[in-house]
Amino acid sequence: MSAPPPPKRQWSWRSQAFRGLVYQILAIVGLALAVTYLMSNTFANMRTRGIQSGFDFFLQPAGFAIGESLFEFDSSQNYLVAYWVGLSNTLRVALVGLVMSTVLGTLVAIGRLSKNTLVKALCSSYVELTRNVPLLLQLFMWYFAMTELLPSIESPLKPLAGVFFSKNGLQYPLPVWEAGHWGTLLGLCVGLVAWKFWAKRVRQQFEATGIAKSSFLPGLGLFLLSGVVGWLLGGAPSEFEIPEVTEISVVGGGSVTPEYLTLLIGLTVYTSGYIAEVVRAGIQSVSFGQHEAAVALGLKRTQELRLIQLPQAMRVIIPPLTSQYLNLIKNSSLAVAVGYPDLVSISSTALNQTGRAIECIALVMLIYLSLSLITSACMNVYNRRVRIKDR
Amino acid sequence: MQDTGYQQHFEPIAARRPPSNETGAMAWVYRSLFDGPFNSFLTVLFLALLAWAIPPIFNWTVWYAVPDADNAACRAAHGLGACWGVVAEKGRLILFGRYPFEEQWRPLVASSALVALLIVSCLRTFWRPALVGAWVLVYAFFFALMQGGFAGLTLVETERWGGLPLTLLLASVSLVVAFPLAILLALGRQSDLPAIRTLCVVFVEFVRGVPLISVLFMASFILPLFMPQGTKIDVLVRVLIGMTLFTAAYLAEVIRGGLQALPKGQVEAAHSLGLSYWQIQRMIVLPQALRLVVPAIVNTFIGAFKDTSLVTIVSLYDLTGAVQLALGDADWRMFFIEGQLFVAAIYFIACFAMSRYSQWLESHLNTGTRRQ
Repeated sequence: MSAPPPPKRQWSWRSQAFRGLVYQILAIVGLALAVTYLMSNTFANMRTRGIQSGFDFFLQPAGFAIGESLFEFDSSQNYLVAYWVGLSNTLRVALVGLVMSTVLGTLVAIGRLSKNTLVKALCSSYVELTRNVPLLLQLFMWYFAMTELLPSIESPLKPLAGVFFSKNGLQYPLPVWEAGHWGTLLGLCVGLVAWKFWAKRVRQQFEATGIAKSSFLPGLGLFLLSGVVGWLLGGAPSEFEIPEVTEISVVGGGSVTPEYLTLLIGLTVYTSGYIAEVVRAGIQSVSFGQHEAAVALGLKRTQELRLIQLPQAMRVIIPPLTSQYLNLIKNSSLAVAVGYPDLVSISSTALNQTGRAIECIALVMLIYLSLSLITSACMNVYNRRVRIKDR
Repeated sequence: MQDTGYQQHFEPIAARRPPSNETGAMAWVYRSLFDGPFNSFLTVLFLALLAWAIPPIFNWTVWYAVPDADNAACRAAHGLGACWGVVAEKGRLILFGRYPFEEQWRPLVASSALVALLIVSCLRTFWRPALVGAWVLVYAFFFALMQGGFAGLTLVETERWGGLPLTLLLASVSLVVAFPLAILLALGRQSDLPAIRTLCVVFVEFVRGVPLISVLFMASFILPLFMPQGTKIDVLVRVLIGMTLFTAAYLAEVIRGGLQALPKGQVEAAHSLGLSYWQIQRMIVLPQALRLVVPAIVNTFIGAFKDTSLVTIVSLYDLTGAVQLALGDADWRMFFIEGQLFVAAIYFIACFAMSRYSQWLESHLNTGTRRQ
């Protein structure tokens, strides 16, 4: 607020510094008293109700099975492992959701700014529809569609060869891991290094002669080409594990459950509406004079987008985009409503089994807080790169 | 200057009509739909999409739909047409949850009063101190009528409250009660006193860092443990406390935005007039800062309105929960999606209206102070 007057060491009520000190001490003492009161109530209640406390239960066997997980889990493993499975499930849906909603949101934003009236109207209604209906209701609707409206496993939808889509989720072919795939990986790594070198060369040439060459497409070409070369050198392994329909289920290949799909689609659709608005606001924030100046300099449309508009729009987009990312991560906790075993749903199972509410909820909050902090930190690093460089 | 002998009149020639390919419907179609190959491609693509999607949707929602609550007809039309009869059959259960059936005029009257007051609060003519009194009165009326237990009204426990009244109550109470708390938090965060500032920052960032659902779990599992022994705390009150604290943290950040947008000279001028801290906040800072963020506050309210749906998870049956509850019935289970669409339409109309209102406010509120 205002600049305080020069502090006078005066032990009187007339000194602002003294009053400030008194207020702060009062606030802290008040808080401490409130906390002590609540804690003593809590301990008394726990004693009378026979609730035990402590984090020791984490090492006891969990005793419940988890519907899906990235790695093997059986009920004899302890709660800590169960929480770890929950966290990995949360991250699995949140990370894919982040990427998909960013892509979809950006496309919708561009559509909303299009000159094409039809595209604009459709994109606008998409944004309004997704933003104005609660996520939980959307999830319930997707879940209903996923479990009731899709065909049953005997006659699945086959959008592509080897891909099955039914009440049992989505099954898709998966390449079989062979030693030859190391060649592909190695090739891709070499390609990445080559891309870096190419980009550096283009930049040096531009600084030396002023001739600008594209670095993205040739770089991408190099990257993919050396990947293919590595794959060929590795003996071109091309065996796929293709799912097969049996009487009651689909076996083999990769698969995701309807719960995962529901949550992923629900989160993606909901968040993409918000991201579309964020991106649109960012693009519109670049003043028209910038466009005119770019045209006057003779920049091509793609150059103008890449060099003039995008860098300025990004500065406006990044902070609200960060909070949308955080929202998506936090919203993934709604998994509990559709029965996807994420962190919150594992934790509430643990809570029901052990009755240790404080420990379970505190752990969940702690994990989400850390996730939020990590996400903000990453986005801040990126933000620092794109913001205006002051001299 | 020489007189030429005759007066020259300036006669403007009537403007020529624009070329025919610049006006009219065809020109508009050309300009906005078929302007260049890529745009034409998009138009054709989206038209094809619409042509593919609209007939089945129309058939389902209108053509083959069953409008009345006839279970046999609905079952016959299942898969072909919607069964809007489910709304007629289950509408009251969806709107009022498990509230006793013959007493449902009470939630109807109570929520009408609340909606009326919400609408009144949106009009600038009524933005005056008496509005606060009106809110207190309407809340007292709402609780008295819903709870009953006097003057011949039967007592209805809060566990049985549900549907739309519960949604309205949760959203509005969490905003109205959170508002003063949020102002204190925002002022505390801007304060010069490090202890106060730290407390506010920690609270706001903590609450904003965790999902609402964990706050609700905390409210329903841990809050009872905090109470002195022997006292019971109502589930509705617990959820209200959780939602209020949650909304307060978000609202505090909105208000802080307004505080930061205020030029420093305002506070300095107030200091030089000899006003005290609270006088400055009350008379100089808050009136200006809050006016700047009214649209953002409306957006926070929209968020709170949608977030109330989460109370379903801690077994309170608000609008979202009530529809899940209402359609658990085996006869009507297959018409889930119709019930959900009905509720989604209610949410959509409310949220859409509010977001339009906030856009309108944005363009009308700060016309005097906005930079052109």
